[in-house]
Amino acid sequence: MGFEFDNMNNTIILDVLREIGNIGAGNAATSLAKMIDKKIDMKVPVVKLLDFDQVPELLGGPENVVCGIFFKIEGDMTGSIMFVLDQKSAFNLVDLLMPRENADFDEFTVSALKEIGNILAGSYISSLSGLTNLKIKISIPALSIDMAGAILSVPAIHFGQLSDNVMIIQNEFIEVLEAKSVDGYFFLIPDLDSYEILLGSLGVTL
Amino acid sequence: MSTMVKVGMADLKVVSHPDALTTLGLGSCVGICLYDATTKVTGMAHIMLPSSKAIRKNENVAKFADTAIVELIDQMEKLGARKSRFVAKIAGGAQMFSFTSQNDSMKIGERNAEAVREILKNMGIPIKADDTGGNFGRTIEFYSENGKLIIKTAGKGIKEI
Repeated sequence: MGFEFDNMNNTIILDVLREIGNIGAGNAATSLAKMIDKKIDMKVPVVKLLDFDQVPELLGGPENVVCGIFFKIEGDMTGSIMFVLDQKSAFNLVDLLMPRENADFDEFTVSALKEIGNILAGSYISSLSGLTNLKIKISIPALSIDMAGAILSVPAIHFGQLSDNVMIIQNEFIEVLEAKSVDGYFFLIPDLDSYEILLGSLGVTL
Repeated sequence: MSTMVKVGMADLKVVSHPDALTTLGLGSCVGICLYDATTKVTGMAHIMLPSSKAIRKNENVAKFADTAIVELIDQMEKLGARKSRFVAKIAGGAQMFSFTSQNDSMKIGERNAEAVREILKNMGIPIKADDTGGNFGRTIEFYSENGKLIIKTAGKGIKEI
């Protein structure tokens, strides 16, 4: 394997992944705005490498209950993509689509979150596909509502095979009229043998 | 006064009586708890992967089941514990997301738990309690006073093993 994840800070590779993050997140915001037919502002996504222990802190600590929506990536490159929200952001996101009576992860909320996650991750992956000319698609979503540490162990373990860091793409969407804010985190997790395919398709030689 | 010492992800810690150990929000990782009832020396590791062998970046011994268990035994013996008296309790190894068509990378929790059992068996350390698998996260607390392991979940209650 010619790929060294931990040396990325000083290389062009992190910039490339950051750019993929920016464009993917921009497309995801546009899709969200179309879906709810409201104006959505998006803060510039923050792409960073974090230590394992820092990641759950972003979501209120390892025991804080959060929502993770997970997809497998299939096609020319393989891996997975996960979208994680804390409870408040998850409820705000569903409320944008359709106001609900109780703040709970009931059946409606869970299926709405799966559907929104599907559209966000789908537009992210389609922009990645457009940039790289790789034929890729996402699986049906799997959703889990549980402790942040437990949900984030999934990307941490995948990245852990390469590194002591996790790459995280932080996105904030703000619905302009009601100023409802949704803070979401994407984890793009290529399988080990797909890093070369992904970066090679963007002209980065390892 | 006893202190509750926190063990992070890919981390391990050893304490003496009366201190206790905890790790928060275990998912597919496995918490390995070792105890010597005579000296009350207590150890905990929070491992992420089964084996350091196929991984090039493997300096952090606490990240892998094989190297973490060796290091834990070593540190506990330095505090006066004896390996022949050790008993183990393990928890975690969940599968947080499931799909109908499973590939190996999704079953990492199961593989972690399996590797831990195998290594402990080879080391001759009996497993007194095993709370692994399922699709939910766990916070664990391990007490040097009596080797009790408390397992907390989000929505599935608290139990003692």
